[in-house]
Amino acid sequence: MSMGLLRLLRGNKASAPVARERLQILLAHERGLRGQPDLLGVLREEILAVVSKHVTLDPTKVIVRLERGDEVSTLEVDIEVPNDFEPKRVAVG
Amino acid sequence: MAKVLVVTSGKGGVGKTTTTAALGAALAQRGDKVVVVDFDVGLRNLDLVMGAERRVVFDLINVVQGVAKLPQALIKDKRLENLWLLPASQTRDKDALTEEGVAKVIADLRSRFDWVICDSPAGIERGASMAMRFADEAVIVTNPEVSSVRDSDRIIGMLDSKTVRAEKGERVEKHILITRYDPSRAARGEMLTIDDILEILATPLLGIIPESQDVLRASNVGTPVTLSNAEGAPARAYIDAARRLCGDTVAMQVPTERKGFMDRLLRRRAA
Repeated sequence: MSMGLLRLLRGNKASAPVARERLQILLAHERGLRGQPDLLGVLREEILAVVSKHVTLDPTKVIVRLERGDEVSTLEVDIEVPNDFEPKRVAVG
Repeated sequence: MAKVLVVTSGKGGVGKTTTTAALGAALAQRGDKVVVVDFDVGLRNLDLVMGAERRVVFDLINVVQGVAKLPQALIKDKRLENLWLLPASQTRDKDALTEEGVAKVIADLRSRFDWVICDSPAGIERGASMAMRFADEAVIVTNPEVSSVRDSDRIIGMLDSKTVRAEKGERVEKHILITRYDPSRAARGEMLTIDDILEILATPLLGIIPESQDVLRASNVGTPVTLSNAEGAPARAYIDAARRLCGDTVAMQVPTERKGFMDRLLRRRAA
């Protein structure tokens, strides 16, 4: 029995076209990012700097995540603030 | 004019060292004077694949640091008159590969050889970037598999931006060499096709090396596959690839499934 017929009976599809499509989408994205500064790293640093002006933070407790979707992407910023935090006095003016 | 060729891939285990040894031997057999240089500091293996592991005295780092002179570190191949090896260090830290030091060694090698073939370590760290830094041409070894193709794409990006040639606004001439190609899996649609890979990487093809016992056998005995079984399919594919590097026009052989009587019989038995 030929391999093609076997596959038909088993209902398996060739996986190579899937590999090709996944690669094309991924690489189109990765090539776009090449040479750009690390966006998540920059965001994390800047968010950290803004929040630290007001609250004492443990820098290791700040997590920035980016989830890419087809239509929209979400940016998730997770900052752990200690319950007994001391609001910093910020000079106004 | 001497040419510096880097054999690179990003991903490990795709066949860089095998390819360096095979292309080096094939070019030397044509009469060119060739040196193969191992950049995998700390994890050297080109000496083993070339069968010279017991003859290493000095290495690339010794030369970079001025501890040894280049002629003291070069190991002459016992089979081919024109083939030499510059081994990597097994112990020293890869940070010892300074750009100035490597530049000097490469310039010195250029004056002595027709081909300087640099065997890159896997990854994108210092060893890999130093191996490609001074290259005129690059062979990107790629397996027909998603992670290898992705890493090749990344390496192509580095060749186009992080090499001396790229920084001068010149091009590093790039070639894709597909290794571990399995025609029967390709026929079943289980493996990325040659066309898929070339379209995705948008880089010309240097050759297709079929998956073969010959390759493992060659490294077992420490002989470049082009010498250990010169009539075998991988050797012929490497010899053709070497000819293309020299500018010859050679028709591309796509490995096909062998359907001999014995193969069918064995396959039926195995099933």
